[in-house]
Order: sequence, then C-alpha cells, then structure tokens
Amino acid sequence: MTVEVAGVRYPTPVMTASGCAAAGRELTPFLDLAAIGAVVTKSVMLDARSGRATPRMVETPSGMLNSIGLQGPGIDTFLADDLPWLVKQGAQPVVSIAGGSLGEYAELARRVGMAPGVAAVEVNISCPNVENRGLVFACDPFQAARVISATRRGIPKDIPVLAKLSPDVTDIVTVAEAVMEGGASGLSMVNTTLGLAIDPVTLRPALGGVTGGLSGPAIRPLALRCVWQVYAAMPEVPIIGIGGIRTGFDALEFLAAGASAVQVGTSTFHDPSSPARVADELRSELALRAAVSPREVVGVAHRPAGTSALRAEVSM
Amino acid sequence: MTVTYDPLQVSGRVLSNDRVGAYHHLTVVAPGIAERTRPGTFVAMAVGGEHTGMLLRRSFSIYRTRSSGVYGGTVEVVFAVAGKGTEWLAGLRGGDILDVIGPLGRPFTLPRQPVPCVLVGGGYGTAPLFGLADRLRERGCAVHMVLGAATETRLFGLLEARRTSQSVEVSTDDGSLGVRGQVTTVLPALLQRTGAPVVYACGPMAMLRAVAAVAEERGARSQCAVEEAMACGVGVCMTCVLPVRGDDGHVRMVRSCTDGPVFRGDRVLWDEVGTVPAGTVGAPGAGGQR
Ligand SMILES: Cc1cc2nc3c(=O)[nH]c(=O)nc-3n(C[C@H](O)[C@H](O)[C@H](O)COP(=O)(O)OP(=O)(O)OC[C@H]3O[C@@H](n4cnc5c(N)ncnc54)[C@H](O)[C@@H]3O)c2cc1C
Ligand SMILES: Cc1cc2nc3c(=O)[nH]c(=O)nc-3n(C[C@H](O)[C@H](O)[C@H](O)COP(=O)(O)O)c2cc1C
Ligand code: FES
Repeated sequence: MTVEVAGVRYPTPVMTASGCAAAGRELTPFLDLAAIGAVVTKSVMLDARSGRATPRMVETPSGMLNSIGLQGPGIDTFLADDLPWLVKQGAQPVVSIAGGSLGEYAELARRVGMAPGVAAVEVNISCPNVENRGLVFACDPFQAARVISATRRGIPKDIPVLAKLSPDVTDIVTVAEAVMEGGASGLSMVNTTLGLAIDPVTLRPALGGVTGGLSGPAIRPLALRCVWQVYAAMPEVPIIGIGGIRTGFDALEFLAAGASAVQVGTSTFHDPSSPARVADELRSELALRAAVSPREVVGVAHRPAGTSALRAEVSM
Repeated sequence: MTVTYDPLQVSGRVLSNDRVGAYHHLTVVAPGIAERTRPGTFVAMAVGGEHTGMLLRRSFSIYRTRSSGVYGGTVEVVFAVAGKGTEWLAGLRGGDILDVIGPLGRPFTLPRQPVPCVLVGGGYGTAPLFGLADRLRERGCAVHMVLGAATETRLFGLLEARRTSQSVEVSTDDGSLGVRGQVTTVLPALLQRTGAPVVYACGPMAMLRAVAAVAEERGARSQCAVEEAMACGVGVCMTCVLPVRGDDGHVRMVRSCTDGPVFRGDRVLWDEVGTVPAGTVGAPGAGGQR
C-alpha cells in the first residue's frame, strides 16, 4: 500500500491530519505510528501560543466546530522534543507550520529546514496576515503564493512543501495554481470551513472564539468537490485529500477524485485508531476492485464512464 | 509528557443499565480497563452506534471496577442525561455493544501518611469517590464524606457512603435532605472537627472552586477532579484546556484529559476558567488569536 507523494514514499496512503493527532505520542496506545502513512503534526508557530478561550468546540451534525487558536509550544520546543521523538518511533513526520506574516513563515522554514528527519513540510495558510488587516493568506491567491515561496526558500530541495488550502474561497483552482507557481510541491486539501453555532441557553455564539472551523463527515462532499476541481485543472499536481474521512471507502472516494493520499482528522476523536483502520479498510476496498495499488485508482472518477476496468467485483 | 499509563480501546458488552434516582448506573464488560483503573480516572465512550452523526466521545468518571468475575473485568459509570449522547446511553440494554476507551487521565494523589481525609461529591460527582475511599482506607486513612446536590434525588451513593465512611454530611440546595445549602456550608466545620489535611472533590466547577477556596483558607490541600468539555478525551484535540499554574509559577492552558482531570485546587485559576488569563504562557497581545 505504499504511495509516493511529491517524491516521498509513505507506508500507506492514510495520514493523520494536522491538529487531530498532536505530535503523535497520545495515539501510541491505539496504533503503530511507524505503520501509518505519516504523522502530520499540529501546526506550530514561531513562539508558544496559549490558544483561544474555551469553549473551543461544539459538536454539530456529523461534524464539529473548533476554535483552538493554534495552541502550541513554539517551533524550538517542537524541534527539540516532538520531532526527534517521532523520528525515533520510525514515523514519517510531516511538519505543519503556521505564521502571521511572511517573515514568520520564512523563519519557521529556516528552522524546520535544518532539522533532521522531516519527510515533508505542510504549510497551514489559513491564518490571518497581521500585515494585511488580518486577512487570511489562504483566501488571497497572491498572498498565499508569497507564503509558499517564502517557505520554499528555507527548506532543502529534497523536502516537499505542501500547501494546505482553505475551501473558503470563490475559486479553489485559482489558489491552487497560485501556490504551485509559488513553489509548492503538492497540495493538502482541505482545511476546515468557517462555521457558527448558537448556545441554546445564552443564545450567543457557542464558541469562545465566536466562529470556528467545521470538520468531519459533514464537509466530505465539499472537500471532495475541491479535490475534483483541482485535479481536473492540474492532473499532474500531487494532492492529499482531507475532509470527513471515516472509512476506507471515504478514502477511496478521494483517490478516485484525484488525491494520491489522504489525511484523517476528526474521525480520530471518535476512534483514535482511525488512521490505521481506514488504511486497512482501504486495502479491502482496493482488493474488492482488483486494484493492485492505490496509485491505480487515483483520478479514475475523471475518466469517461465505462473506460475503467476498476469495478467492484461484488454487487454492493 | 504526561501519558503515564496505557489506555485501552475496548468493544464491551453492556451488563446492566439501571436507574438510580435521577441517574443511570451503567455496567460494561471491558476487560483490561478495570485492572488499570486508579481512582479519579475516566472512560470515554462512543455514542450513537456505528453510523452515528455524533462524532465526539462522552467522558465519564469511573465509579467502580471489578477486575474479574464471571464476565471478565467490568467498568461502572453513573451518569445524568444531559443531551442526545447521554440519552442514547440511557437507552442501552444488557447485551448491547459499547466502545469504551480507558482508563484516561491522572488519578487522585494519595497521602503517604494515614491521615483523615474529607471527600466532597456534588451530584454524580460522588461516583469516583468510592473507589478513592477504598484506597484511602487501605492506607489507614479515616474517610469523611460530604454529599451535595440540588435536591435529594440528585444525591448519589448516600447509602454506600453511610455504610463505608466514618462520617457523612449531606447538603441540598432546597433542603430536601440534610443541611439546606451547599457543601461549603458544612465543609469548614468538618475540616475543623477532623483536622483533615486533604480534601478530595468531584462535582460541578462552581463547587470545586468553592471547595478549593475553603481548603486553602483552612490550610488543607485539595485535589479536584474537573469536568471540561472534551472532544477526544485522549489528548490530541486541545479542546479541554483550563488555566493552571505550574510548579515553575507560570500559568498555562493545560489539557484536563491528560494533565487532569484531577488537579491541585490551589493551582487552577478557577475564576478565570473559560478565559486565557493575562500572563498565560503564549497569551496574545491585543487582537486575539485565530
Ligand atoms: C472527566 C469527565 C468526567 C465526567 N464524568 C461524568 C459522570 O460521571 N457522570 C455524568 O453524568 N457526566 C459526566 N461528565 C459529563 C459528561 O461527559 C457529559 O454530560 C456528556 O458528555 C454530555 O453528552 P450529551 O451528548 O448528553 O450532551 P451534549 O450537550 O449533546 O454533548 C455535546 C458535546 O459536548 C460535550 N459535553 C457536553 N457537556 C459536557 C460536559 N459537562 N463535560 C464534558 N463534555 C461535555 C460532549 O462530550 C459532546 O461532545 C464528565 C465529563 C468529564 C470531562
Ligand atoms: C480540533 C482541530 C484542530 C485542527 N488544527 C489544525 C491545525 O493546527 N492546522 C491545520 O492545518 N489544520 C488543522 N485542523 C484541520 C484538519 O487538519 C483538517 O484539515 C480538517 O479538520 C478536515 O478534515 P477532517 O474532517 O478529517 O477533520 C484542525 C481540525 C480540528 C478538528
Ligand atoms: S479532550 Fe482532546 S485534548 Fe483533551
């Protein structure tokens, strides 16, 4: 089940999603970190962050809203403690970084770029740009591209830089093209979409941070649509599909729409073994369709009806 | 890091699910969890069945465990119906399957000396105190309990408390049983009478705050098991945080699932739970954080 994404091999196509697995340690009772595709770590910033006030989450139909506010220890602690630990476990670490300015991304990249054992860098660009009225980088193709090129410069050539896109844009293909121009090696799609919930008692926003990111199966069709559109426009670009994946078939849907690998986020809260379980289920889904490798199904949904040999061998 | 034990994920069979006053008493066969449980730890249960839209686990203090027996190890919890997840749990019958993760979190710290201890439970918060009381008695500690609730039917475990504790005091907000008022109405005198140097508490946050304050006034230590909304229960989501002062004097937003649920009462910034207090490690300047 190994796959290659932007030149890096992963043991399976199923990774954890940033912010849903911390830096891996807490999942060790439930799965083997070395056997899953990759551990995508919680987005880390330059300095320690307290994150936002609670309540930080609300359960919503088939999903949840979160407003964590990127709580974390800061890059130096992460590189000193978490990354070496992950490397020692034999896991593939994909390091997610987040910043508030171009300079911050550049500095993060410089430090991550010097650390041994990084499989890939994922750039969380769903952050407000403090130098541009707090507008989110991911929503502006120009700013998004600048963040990616600032990051790319600090990272050694053999380490891919993945741009993590927000679905909260008018045209996802425009942003995808811009970040690829900016030097991205591939795309992680998608981050959460902005939502709101009202507290039944106070009739005020339920989250301390007012709005929050919606995730889970509720956003799967939206995420799948984003992957489909970008693959249709740029089939050569490596895509990691993210959004509401809970089962092996959900993962297969993303591969068929054009993703080369997937990440499992919110489902990990329901079942902490999810990243391993989804991979097992995906293996069965592929076998059912007589596919020998995940590679074979990538983008098959884009082929005209009747031209793919990949059909389930049993009536479903 | 704070993972000091290995929680298990078990697909358990429900043995019984009974009403007890305002609460439900659920017993699940969950081999392995019982053996690892220490007082104050909790379990996180998946609710709603296989295809549910309720993604987040529900956390419950462990009331009792039995390591072995005809059915293998069992875990018992006591819960109130608070929403759709607990409503689903209340509908479980013997034989139904339930996905349980546990034990999670840090347990109560036990005193080294055989000192008298006061255990304060609010509502179903009494449940985890019985296992604690057993451990304390094993160490020769005299156990005194205070049970509080809004009204009589919301008291849990009064008979058990009377049977097993040196003394039991009861308070209800409406005066339907025991002293009219709150646990802190009776706590100062009890601390005075017993000379207990340590108070253990589990219950609503407002109660914990008040108990911690009384303990501090009296020069006693308090160990409080908090209840913060949790999405994962295992330490990966960062939703369950509250401001706690560390050994180094710095305040951090700390996960109640892995660093708690039991905290020293004098370390939690009770009045600022729900905020990020100024001066917290990594706190924002003006403008907030996304
Ligand atoms: C460590 C710990 C121990 C607990 N022990 C007990 C116990 O022994 N008995 C008992 O009756 N209850 C206990 N609770 C509270 C219990 O977890 C909630 O009442 C329950 O999750 C509510 O779920 P629901 O679906 O009915 O409510 P909903 O309001 O529909 O829940 C929606 C979401 O919010 C979360 N949530 C809502 N209220 C709480 C809360 N008070 N605490 C944590 N998460 C919440 C739920 O997990 C769920 O994700 C404990 C909570 C924690 C954190
Ligand atoms: C609690 C929580 C925290 C998250 N934190 C981050 C983060 O730090 N960086 C990031 O790029 N994405 C973060 N995400 C987004 C996820 O990585 C993922 O893109 C999104 O949740 C959609 O996938 P899912 O439906 O499988 O969860 C977070 C999501 C959740 C639910
Ligand atoms: S509940 Fe997820 S980190 Fe505590």
